[in-house]
Amino acid sequence: MTDISQNSTSSRASRRPSARTLLTLAGVLLLVAVPLIAPTMQLLINLALAKGIAVLGVTVLLRAGQVSFGHALFFGISAYVGAFLVASMPGADMMLVLACGVLGALVAGLLVGLFVVRYRGIFFGMLNLAFSMIFWSILEKFYHITGGADGIRLTRPTVLGLEMERGGFELVIFYLSIALMVGLGWFTLRWFVSPVGQVFQTIKTNETRLEYLGLSPRRVLLSGYMLSAGLCGVGGSLMAMTQGVVTPEYVWWVRSAEMVFIAVLGGAGSVRGAFIGALVYEIVRIYASAYAGDIWQLLLGGFLLVIILFAPGGIMGIADSLIHRKGTRQ
Amino acid sequence: MTAPLMETRDLLIKFGGVTAANNVSMQIWAGQNLAIIGPNGAGKTTFLNICTGWLKPQKGKVLLEGHDITPLPPRKIVRRGVARAFQIPQLFTEHTALENLLISAAAREGLRNPLQNLHNIAQRDEMMHLLDLVHCADVADRVVVELSEGQRKLIDIAVALALKPRLLLMDEPTSGVASSQKHEVMEILVGALAEAGVTSVFVEHDMGIVARHADEVAVWNAGNVQLRGTPDEILEHPDVIRDVIGEEVA
Repeated sequence: MTDISQNSTSSRASRRPSARTLLTLAGVLLLVAVPLIAPTMQLLINLALAKGIAVLGVTVLLRAGQVSFGHALFFGISAYVGAFLVASMPGADMMLVLACGVLGALVAGLLVGLFVVRYRGIFFGMLNLAFSMIFWSILEKFYHITGGADGIRLTRPTVLGLEMERGGFELVIFYLSIALMVGLGWFTLRWFVSPVGQVFQTIKTNETRLEYLGLSPRRVLLSGYMLSAGLCGVGGSLMAMTQGVVTPEYVWWVRSAEMVFIAVLGGAGSVRGAFIGALVYEIVRIYASAYAGDIWQLLLGGFLLVIILFAPGGIMGIADSLIHRKGTRQ
Repeated sequence: MTAPLMETRDLLIKFGGVTAANNVSMQIWAGQNLAIIGPNGAGKTTFLNICTGWLKPQKGKVLLEGHDITPLPPRKIVRRGVARAFQIPQLFTEHTALENLLISAAAREGLRNPLQNLHNIAQRDEMMHLLDLVHCADVADRVVVELSEGQRKLIDIAVALALKPRLLLMDEPTSGVASSQKHEVMEILVGALAEAGVTSVFVEHDMGIVARHADEVAVWNAGNVQLRGTPDEILEHPDVIRDVIGEEVA
């Protein structure tokens, strides 16, 4: 438990915010400058940001002690809703694509959530996986509607009514992704320390007391589940618009596992960790697959093992202890 | 004559061959401080579990001010003013003492603003006062797992009181507390209940506590109320001395 939002007490958390806040600000500014200083990295970082927002959804559930192995479902539903929308309404605005995608993820989150919030632990995780694999099968089998394994092209949406060239559109979606990362990250941090978010996190420690406070643990979990599905929806929609094509791979179980992997890598339950984990993961994945094509998954697996064994707080945990050590020395 | 605050009628519940509640009919009157005593396995905790909706009786009813609450889940009974404190404190172990109370207050008031910090809710001063009332204000910012059993017991009760209940059901409020501190814990507790104007029912094994802090005692045996009366009447009763106490109270 390392993130500022992770500890339940704001007074405990507020003891060391300055270095973290400054580093966060510096990190965001660095991202803003990427199209100028490292344009070749723009697409890679854009994909990492989209993934990071989806990982934030998984992070929300981790705060309640629940792991979902099927959250790519909402990632994919949002992407497909966007693709169908653009196919039926050529020239649809990107904000409309995003809004409809997220709405689709939220509706799916409500429907699936009503069922899965009855379960905890491994059953919760596996039921989520089952739902995502059912949707994956539908996407694969209903070829005439979904395009099967080839997927559907998502032609470039307009931006505030303007048709843009590829470069301009990529720049817009890049900055939109940064804005959403900051906005949703801030919202999630605030939500975690709010009464609603705090009650949600008590699912992890004592549902009996929750019931005896006059609250329904299932309803409480459902509220967080919906938030988590919505965040995955935002990530899926951004990914689809960035890549310009959606395929069943969006909801494949590996995608869900990848989200959990990144959440643990960044620091389970950490908001900043979701994005840092996604950036590190994407960079390692791209470069490892380029330079160690046959063993890159082995490298990633080994990396995760090292994190779990020696730094269970993930990258954020390491960063935190470094900041703390420096603060103590001063 | 006014209706009792809570009333049970012919409660029956069996676990396999064991009858834990055997046609229990009992009234709890507003303003009472009722102690339930009896040997282990007599059905005392089962009675509290039925009254708060955790267990459903196979027969019989639980009435709250004349309204049948038997089929309701615990959360709906809590919302009608019946709170519960447990033998093993049921707290949010990753939260501080104050946060446990703030969460309780937030639950009472309804969870509305998703962007307000829990520590800034309007009930913060009220919760600090409550912590003060149970003599735990000095540990407000400590995570509850770091606290003593006695402190956790008091905070568990404070969490229940934060809901502003009309009736509080407590299961062995002094169990696990060091013998030397039991009376002190109970003094604090009774004081807090009196200030909050809460009717209470507590299961207790320590007859010294019962003699000093209850205004009425119900003796449980084999899943039913065997006797009921003032502490003096009950604790001098030969059946109680033989079956429950084992020896006479000094």
